[in-house]
Amino acid sequence: MHLDNTMSQRVTFNNKFLPYLLLAPQMLVTLVFFFWPAYQAARSSLYLPDPFGLSEQYVGLENFTFLLEDAYYRASFITTAVFSALVAAISMGAALWLAIMADRIIKGSGIYRTLLIWPYAVAPAIAGVLWLFMFNPSIGVAPYYLKALGYNWNHVLNPGEAMGLVVAASAWKQVSYNFLFFLAGLQAIPKSVIEAAAIDGAGFWRRFWTIVFPLLSPTTFFLLVVNVVYAFFETFGVIHTITAGGPQQATTILVYKVFADGFVGQDLGSSAAQSVILLFVVGILTIVQFRFIERKVHY
Amino acid sequence: MKRFSVTAAALALVMGATPAMAATQVQWWHAFTGRLGELLAEQIETFNESQDDYEIVGSHKGNYSETLNAGIAAFRAGEQPHMLMVFEVGTATMMAAKGAIVPMHELMSDTDTEFNPEAYMPAVKGYYTTTDGKMLSLPYNASTPVLYVNKDALKEAGLDPEMNLATWEKVAVALEALKKSGHECPLTTAWQSWVHLENLSAWHDIPFATKDNGFAGTDTELAFNGPVQVAHIQAMADWAKDGKFIYAGRRNEGGARFRAGECAFFTESSAGYAGVKKEAEFDFAIRNLPYWGAALKSGPQNTIIGGASIWVMAGHEAEEYKGAAAFLNFLSTPKIQAKWHQDTGYLPITTAASGLTEAQGFYEKNPGTEIAGGQMTGKAPTGNSKGLRLGSFDQIRGIIDEELEGIWAGDNTAQEGLDNAVRRGNQLLRRFEKSTK
Repeated sequence: MHLDNTMSQRVTFNNKFLPYLLLAPQMLVTLVFFFWPAYQAARSSLYLPDPFGLSEQYVGLENFTFLLEDAYYRASFITTAVFSALVAAISMGAALWLAIMADRIIKGSGIYRTLLIWPYAVAPAIAGVLWLFMFNPSIGVAPYYLKALGYNWNHVLNPGEAMGLVVAASAWKQVSYNFLFFLAGLQAIPKSVIEAAAIDGAGFWRRFWTIVFPLLSPTTFFLLVVNVVYAFFETFGVIHTITAGGPQQATTILVYKVFADGFVGQDLGSSAAQSVILLFVVGILTIVQFRFIERKVHY
Repeated sequence: MKRFSVTAAALALVMGATPAMAATQVQWWHAFTGRLGELLAEQIETFNESQDDYEIVGSHKGNYSETLNAGIAAFRAGEQPHMLMVFEVGTATMMAAKGAIVPMHELMSDTDTEFNPEAYMPAVKGYYTTTDGKMLSLPYNASTPVLYVNKDALKEAGLDPEMNLATWEKVAVALEALKKSGHECPLTTAWQSWVHLENLSAWHDIPFATKDNGFAGTDTELAFNGPVQVAHIQAMADWAKDGKFIYAGRRNEGGARFRAGECAFFTESSAGYAGVKKEAEFDFAIRNLPYWGAALKSGPQNTIIGGASIWVMAGHEAEEYKGAAAFLNFLSTPKIQAKWHQDTGYLPITTAASGLTEAQGFYEKNPGTEIAGGQMTGKAPTGNSKGLRLGSFDQIRGIIDEELEGIWAGDNTAQEGLDNAVRRGNQLLRRFEKSTK
């Protein structure tokens, strides 16, 4: 509607090249910052270079077969799926609950909101260290109280506890972001609809499930995509500081292994092959999300 | 106030640097912060003030892994420093990069700098020397694992704090008594792979890997799943099961618990001495790393070092190399070395520095500090105890950590876990061998 007013006079460009010229900067950025690195990664995945870049050998698909024959690498897919699902579910669930609560507050809501947004400003590695201190088996506060309750916390040897800890730290960091979007989403829902339902005698939970949640679905879907990408790619700082992928490989997610093999192990060929595999995984995941989940979204 | 001090510092830096502009600058990238960083800066300052021709510029580039990475990335971009601090684990990587480094013996002869390889302690320089005796890099900070003992904890358990702890058999008796008395952390460790596999192997004169632990070729294979190593790791696993050995983490997390007085025994680097001395509010002692009496009738071999060395990188001017050579020479002088050894707890790299420290009465005043040196020099190093030279070793240590965690948790027996680690590590060794061909 807005467009109709301003575009009432149809403008035509006679120059055939102008559109391409105007598109060029964007194309250039995409080429330089996306296609070129992607090509480099794809190429490196077929080579075995030495760390200093003094020589390299073409090895065909050997980097891939080496990875896929490794039982630990295959297990890392499951670890990644569990980790991402838990992070997305917990951070979104907690954020939604907080948003609903904050939305109902009338006095001092500004303070609540500000405080809830704070954790987003914490860098992943710092968040990791923070949680590590709290849950350090020997000096942490949490294990101290857990011990009083008769529970012996030791995430350096217990895979379940290690996973729980990295999930909690990663999810905690993302709650603020999700909270912000959920709150905005809630405030965009017309009050009249909810009031009408209330007058009809619908209780709080009934109103939530039949009106609020469906109307929030575009926000929820957007956050689902963002959170899965976050869990996949932006959590390795947290993992690096808390568990470094251990115990055994209980918290080694795919991206963490890319980082560890490439930047700690200097095995750039394998690291590149892993990036290519990851590219496919994320591609498939995105298709699944948009094909199957987006259908359930009401815009 | 803060802004003022920064400005003042910048001003001081500029003014201080001006007269030295004529000097040839030589870059040194290192991994030290805190107290070690200060002592390192002091060495640089002493050198810079001692002459006018060269100026060493030190830059901190993160931890060991990050510093090595920074050096490698810089080399790829043609911006490498003249000198790079590389931890012992990266030795094989540096050695294999023939076009990227200048071996120390070459640097010294090319620049006509005074250099006597015989002055360095065999067990320390051995790690960074080729099989035909040529020094490739200068050992900078070297330490070796020892046993720290909380004497108060032993007393409380009804044990003689001066008891003989030379063998693991005797330690096992003490662990049993500690456990019986209700002690919650009889034994903990730092750097499990370094202490309980790498040094265990050298100490018992058995191979950690074939081909003289990789010194004789990149076609080496891991061999730490032999009977002695398996028996040791299984004993530790049994202790872990009984609550006698407490696993605290892959790095030196156990140190905090020992220094807080929670643990009775602690196997850790000799360089941990300064921290223990500063923080421990209990009576402690340093003993030799124990060995298995049943496996070693004739007493132990020698332990190997950990730490870092300084590598000189290729692609610089002759004049700058002269500066680097002069600095490496300066670091090797007895006075500088003795001070470094006494301040940090790292081993002296030359025999002269060790003699000077003794003459100054340091060992008498600080009992326990002589243990590490003695452990290194007791016997002439063999092919099994010269050190390790394995490609992708940082990753292999990661694999060993993972498999040991599986053993401590009781998921695998020592034999299964070590067999796994050997198999997985060998795959990486083959990749490394191929990549450096």
